[in-house]
Amino acid sequence: MNLDVIVIGAGSVGTPTALFLSEAGLKVAVIEKNPSTGQGQNKAAIGGVRATHSDPAKIGIGLKSLEIFSTWKEVYGDDIGWKAGGYSYIAYREQEVSLLKKLLKIQKEFGLEIEWLDKKDLLSYIPYLNPVNLLGGTLSIKDGQVSPLKASSSFARQAIRKGVKFFYNEEVVEILHNEHKINGVRTNKGDYFCETVVNAAGADASIVMKSIGLEIPIFPESHEAGISCPLAHFLKPLIVDLREGPEGKTSNFYFGQNDEGAIIFCYTPEPSIQGIDRDCTSEFLPVIARRLIDVIPSLAYMPVRRVWRGLYPMTPDGIPIAGREGNWEGLYILAGMCGQGFMLGPGFGKEITAQITNGKPVLEPEISKAFSINRDFSSQVEALK
Amino acid sequence: MEKKRLQSHPIINITPRKEVKFKFNGEEMSALEGETISSALFANGIKIFGHHPKDGSPQGIFCANGQCSQCLVLVNNQPLKACMTLVRKDMDVRSCEELPSLPQVKKNPVFKKINEIKTQVLIVGAGPAGLNAALELARLKVKGIIVDDKPELGGKLTLQTHAFFGSIKDCFAGTRGFRIGEKLAEELRKTGKFKIFSNTTAIGIFKDGYVGLLKENKYMLVKPDILLITCGAREKAISFPGCDLPGVYGAGAFQTLVNRDMIKASDKVFIVGGGNVGLIVGYHALQANIDVVGLVEALPEISGYKVHKDKLRRLGVPIWTRHTVRSANGKEKIESITIAEIDEKFKMIEGTEKSFEVDTILISIGLNPINELYEQARKFGMNVFSAGDAEEIAEASAAIFSGKLTGRKIAKELRKNVEIPEEWHKLAEILKSKPGKTTISDVKILEKENVMPVIRCYQEIPCNPCIDACPFNCITIRSGNIMDLPVYEGKCIGCGKCVAICPGLAINLVFLDYDEKKEKSMILVPYELDETMINIDDIVDTMDYEGNPVGKGVIKKIRKHQSMEKRLLVSIEVPYEERFKAASFRIRQDSRQLDNIVELVDDDMIVCRCERVTAREIREAIRSGVTDMNELKSILRTGMGACGGKTCESLIMQIFKSEGIDTSLVTPFTKRPLVAEVPLKAFAGDKK
Repeated sequence: MNLDVIVIGAGSVGTPTALFLSEAGLKVAVIEKNPSTGQGQNKAAIGGVRATHSDPAKIGIGLKSLEIFSTWKEVYGDDIGWKAGGYSYIAYREQEVSLLKKLLKIQKEFGLEIEWLDKKDLLSYIPYLNPVNLLGGTLSIKDGQVSPLKASSSFARQAIRKGVKFFYNEEVVEILHNEHKINGVRTNKGDYFCETVVNAAGADASIVMKSIGLEIPIFPESHEAGISCPLAHFLKPLIVDLREGPEGKTSNFYFGQNDEGAIIFCYTPEPSIQGIDRDCTSEFLPVIARRLIDVIPSLAYMPVRRVWRGLYPMTPDGIPIAGREGNWEGLYILAGMCGQGFMLGPGFGKEITAQITNGKPVLEPEISKAFSINRDFSSQVEALK
Repeated sequence: MEKKRLQSHPIINITPRKEVKFKFNGEEMSALEGETISSALFANGIKIFGHHPKDGSPQGIFCANGQCSQCLVLVNNQPLKACMTLVRKDMDVRSCEELPSLPQVKKNPVFKKINEIKTQVLIVGAGPAGLNAALELARLKVKGIIVDDKPELGGKLTLQTHAFFGSIKDCFAGTRGFRIGEKLAEELRKTGKFKIFSNTTAIGIFKDGYVGLLKENKYMLVKPDILLITCGAREKAISFPGCDLPGVYGAGAFQTLVNRDMIKASDKVFIVGGGNVGLIVGYHALQANIDVVGLVEALPEISGYKVHKDKLRRLGVPIWTRHTVRSANGKEKIESITIAEIDEKFKMIEGTEKSFEVDTILISIGLNPINELYEQARKFGMNVFSAGDAEEIAEASAAIFSGKLTGRKIAKELRKNVEIPEEWHKLAEILKSKPGKTTISDVKILEKENVMPVIRCYQEIPCNPCIDACPFNCITIRSGNIMDLPVYEGKCIGCGKCVAICPGLAINLVFLDYDEKKEKSMILVPYELDETMINIDDIVDTMDYEGNPVGKGVIKKIRKHQSMEKRLLVSIEVPYEERFKAASFRIRQDSRQLDNIVELVDDDMIVCRCERVTAREIREAIRSGVTDMNELKSILRTGMGACGGKTCESLIMQIFKSEGIDTSLVTPFTKRPLVAEVPLKAFAGDKK
């Protein structure tokens, strides 16, 4: 098989990347250890898509992703469950008000459409919000939601149509190279040769690099999520509450109503749960129930259907790693998405495709340095991670 | 509106209950206190509870067991399962016609702490296995908690009006199922060792060793040292055109409606599947004066007990083997069924279709263990056991014994000083036996007998109450093996105890000395249907033991017998030459086929009921290369609905198989908590 690029991982990041690479005229294969597309963390994602970040580079990639997701049906014909409605960061305390207002300035500067809504305006946009102590919140109206399941299968379908080959149930065991030049991968089933490898292996990204002794600072954390039965649409935006939970077990939490009408919800555990265990614990439901009902009291009556856990491949600074590895020719890393692989995947797919094919990049080269694997990871921390 | 309630029942006493008024779609209706919304609606003749938001298809009862959410209704604006929610005075119930809206809440919420309980043993499911395990443990001074999602303990025992098989000593043979349930529950209460939580569903098992319980909308977490899963079985589903119409449901759901809630759920049913469940449910229907138009079985032979089949045939119910259901016909409700013959490859043979007018189709093609909780607990490394159907599908008598055995095993695990007798293991296996071979023998007439039993027990099944019942030990099983056939050895006094106790209704007495002129004879026949249907001097159509017409008989005497509650013993005068031929009498006439075979509108069929996915769509996806159930989820949403794939998973596997794919290569659905939908407020400690 004559290949230009091998993408490791058919998940939220690898699959759109493979599609865009093939659209740029390259011969692409994707190696995936699971039986089909999106079976790693993709299906655990809640599907929120936003450009509302605090880091300029992430805002840029987020805007690109949004453009791709929101026009997907027009461009590719597949319904991926896109739901417009925005993201709203709500504030019940002065400290959130001041943080959010401070960020608003940078966000606007980098092209994000975001507004501050006072209590009254916020309540008219989200009428079911608990009004007691509500101070206001942001609304980035161009953000939205997508079905991760539908999106990943559509990415794969379109990629296959463009000639991308997918190899499922196959695990990369070694990166093949000649000195510091990449020339393929070895899997548990055979060897594949090419000059460019994109590591989009999500939570496994650092394991895949062990054979060449490359350390990628990615530490998976586990987050739990849940979904309700579909309900009549009543909640337009995805809501983020930055407060730490009163029970001392959560930092922020977020939820939204997807295209199907289901309420999908998740929180950031405090302290974080390190490791790759994805089994549910008894703690999640009682904690999230209080937080959800506290913000929208009507949710008390929503039937909860299922809960699950997914992994957030974290980097030390909460910012993804994306771009060429400086010491290895032909090796690109697209990993450490910190739980945002789904929403950033298509944007990064475009960016990395431009880097590989010398096309027009999404970001100014100066800005994209924020994602460099060779950066100093201890310098800054993303405020809205 | 016509009341669809049973006014009397030949076996079950109907206890009068207070009437309460509620509203359905604005119309005032009456219900009985303590009954579920679904039963109250059925009682008022309402079988359509809403329409699916995806395609407007009518929705109604399917599992009647809290598992599938098909019966979702709005109760005071809140989406709830009609089959699990008890009706209350002035409740405002509305059909679910689109995606449910949540009620607007103005009040600032208040939360309570979730109770966390530690216990030695937690038993999930108080059916035959769970109750017996609890009893065995209680006797050995082990304490614990037993939970069941229904108001009454006993599980499926509470729905069984027939007398049980097996042996009297080990599993209450000869006692009616619901009486066994009552007895066990009563005994367990007396021990005081187990906390009993009824109306309590185990909704999930978590990595940290906790079991999430929902007790009447109140959530609690229980951490047991040992967990025992005895939550029984669920019915296997089958797909055919029209299978998703309200009115197609499981035999278990039917028994719940009829035998628990005393609802006349149907006028005419058809049964699909001839295992014991299907045969028994047919008998239950007849007991409730619901006509059984017929039964189809795909195999060349009925797989249930022959005595059950014979009993149904004698009453006049037609049974078609090597037949299947082609379609349920009707738009909003079932108007008819079309059945067809099938060949060796289970393909329908064109031209063999027959249509019958029915309003309900009962599915009883087999059971699957409810083992998700067990599997999950095992995965999490908990000390977990399972027993009864949750462990392995078998008869309830086997579940009773399996519970007792597992109770002992758990006691041993808890270092109680007990042994498990070697014969227990053997007996447990015997009770689980499928029916063995059938040996039909002619009636042997012993000399100088005035009266004798004729035992039409020709198939090897684990059952022996007749040998214990006979006061003179005239009936024996010579080998002593409970599976072997009983034989009559002479000296019958004609007391009728054997007739009264035989669970299979397979014993008659023949009075040889009834008529000196030898023109007539008298036979004694067991009868368990509506007693108002038979009167002294009635002329009846007699049937042979397998349900072939014999001739005429006259009812001479109807009496009760103390050995069996509510079973009538009917003396029928028959012609002398028919004395060994006639075994009983029919109560229904042959089913009339419709003149025209109902045309099939579309041969596609629903496979995933929750998400309305059809066989054709699944087949197309498989042909495009899908071999992962989870990928199928992404593309079609199969298994993403409320039931979590409980109904469709095995159906989809069958489609994979029929497409020539090795199903061992198909990745199964990933299963996650919860096992049933639960309102969020329960987790916040709000029980209102």
